[in-house]
Amino acid sequence: MLKKVNQIKKLSYKIRKIILDISYNCGEPSHIGGALSIVEILSVIYSIFDIKINKPFDRFILSKGHGFLALLSILHCKGFIKKKKDLMQFQKNESEFIAHPIMNKSIGIETSNGSLGQGLSFGVGLAISYKKKNKDNSVIVVVGDGECYEGSIWEAAITATEQNLNNLFVVVDCNGHQNDGAIDKMMSYEEMKKKWKGFGWNVNSCNGHNVLALINAFKKGSKSKPTAIITKTIKGKGVNFMENNNDWHHGRLTKELYLQSIKSINLN
Amino acid sequence: MNFSSTDTKQWSRLGPRAMFGKFMLDIAKKNKKLIVLSADLGRSSGLARFKIEFPKQYISIGISEQNLIGVASGLANEGYKVFVTSFAPFLSMRASEQIRMNLGYMKQNVNLVALGSGLSMGFLGNSHFGLEDLAIMRTIPNLNITCPADCSELGKVLDDYAFNNRGPSYIRLTGVPGSLNVYEKNYKYKFGKNITLSKGNDILILSHGSILGQIKLSLNYLKKQKINAELVNVVSLKPIDESIIKLMRKFKKIITIEEHTSVGGLGSIIAEKILKNKIRSELYSLSLPDKFGPTAKYDHLLKYYGLDALGITKKISNLLKIK
Repeated sequence: MLKKVNQIKKLSYKIRKIILDISYNCGEPSHIGGALSIVEILSVIYSIFDIKINKPFDRFILSKGHGFLALLSILHCKGFIKKKKDLMQFQKNESEFIAHPIMNKSIGIETSNGSLGQGLSFGVGLAISYKKKNKDNSVIVVVGDGECYEGSIWEAAITATEQNLNNLFVVVDCNGHQNDGAIDKMMSYEEMKKKWKGFGWNVNSCNGHNVLALINAFKKGSKSKPTAIITKTIKGKGVNFMENNNDWHHGRLTKELYLQSIKSINLN
Repeated sequence: MNFSSTDTKQWSRLGPRAMFGKFMLDIAKKNKKLIVLSADLGRSSGLARFKIEFPKQYISIGISEQNLIGVASGLANEGYKVFVTSFAPFLSMRASEQIRMNLGYMKQNVNLVALGSGLSMGFLGNSHFGLEDLAIMRTIPNLNITCPADCSELGKVLDDYAFNNRGPSYIRLTGVPGSLNVYEKNYKYKFGKNITLSKGNDILILSHGSILGQIKLSLNYLKKQKINAELVNVVSLKPIDESIIKLMRKFKKIITIEEHTSVGGLGSIIAEKILKNKIRSELYSLSLPDKFGPTAKYDHLLKYYGLDALGITKKISNLLKIK
């Protein structure tokens, strides 16, 4: 287990580095903060689930589409996007890699996204289809805490319990911030746990940057219920000047800031 | 799907919603991949028997149309043949952006069955009417829009979508039990193609949906006034049958008739075509006004808006008096 945890930690470092590389390379503002908050979450998901290009496999949907830099990076680390050079097309004119995912099954991007609150319903559809086909694969959907203001998230949450989708996981990235700043305490980490429990989900919670805790949270599934993993995270995690600084929700890295950010992740 | 004149009489009495349920039963018997979902309007979609006979192929989603579209898309993504039902505004407006993202942007092969569009919801009122649904749905790329004229055409349209790979669709159901039949005998339906219902030289009438029954009736009245109209069922609003361009050039006067507001429906589609193709015909339209009107029985509303056979006759005979 220790070996696996260390591997995932190394993977997380690699992803952070790629996020910064891509973001700096594009020369444009990009969603860095919310990508950095889900690095460990994605590293764990892609390490413990069987996510492949070819079916049958476990499925991952990034419902908080603005976390795309993290997804793009892990797709490269998993070998789904072979060349790092291709990643550098991010936010270049007419590129398929933009601020939000565009569905491309050949490289493992399951859905087009960017309009919040939609990924969970799609995930419910996938999970129902696995049940119908008697396959025991899992569907994992990552949503943001700000995204949970969308009513459609809770519509999907109801259907997931009604359909007894114990093959469905939602990971809530509680980084405490949304576009305009800090999230109200009514949508805090603690409140989020109560909300998902109230909707009838099996709820586990942990520090979203603690690899071992995340692995264990995924292990504690339920026989009949979908599982929500509520994670406490830090927006901009790993880069000291970005952490909990919402200017980096959507920010541009200058050369100086880029070098500083690399130094910062090396120290962490 | 074939039908006899006895079938179509009986179907018309049952109405489009009950018949939707029956056609889905027939399709489920042949297609194991069929899944029907509804946002709490299964009974209103005539699916009561379907639920009992094919419980594994029916999913009841609560009153959550946005979620309905997402779940349906997830299933379509996995290779199921998916039909969803709700009332026209709840699909086309409540879930409009979900339709745009999933069916438009991602091309998820979901068939939307919009129940009770136009004025057919009667006393349920404007909240339930499909007054603007075509205008909204037709702006979404990759979405087919099909408006069957009666129950027999509905059967053909559903069969066509169920057994072919046409891509996502919006199927607009209008009319009520007892609405006039448009087709008395079996005919050939072809996806994306117009159907000429009557030949004539004096004026070209373009229409879609159950209102065609009233127009057919008005053709008899017009004949008594020695007016011979050509009537074309534009069953597919998207894609539009491009042969319509050539046809329109043959007529001095063209009128679109529809149970939709004057904004963005067939009237607008034809106006765009006329302008783009420099067609010199005069274009008129008979549709619903751009406002929320009164609530009443369906027949009464048709009369109120001049969309019954007599109103249509009057409008057309007046148009032909204009030199």
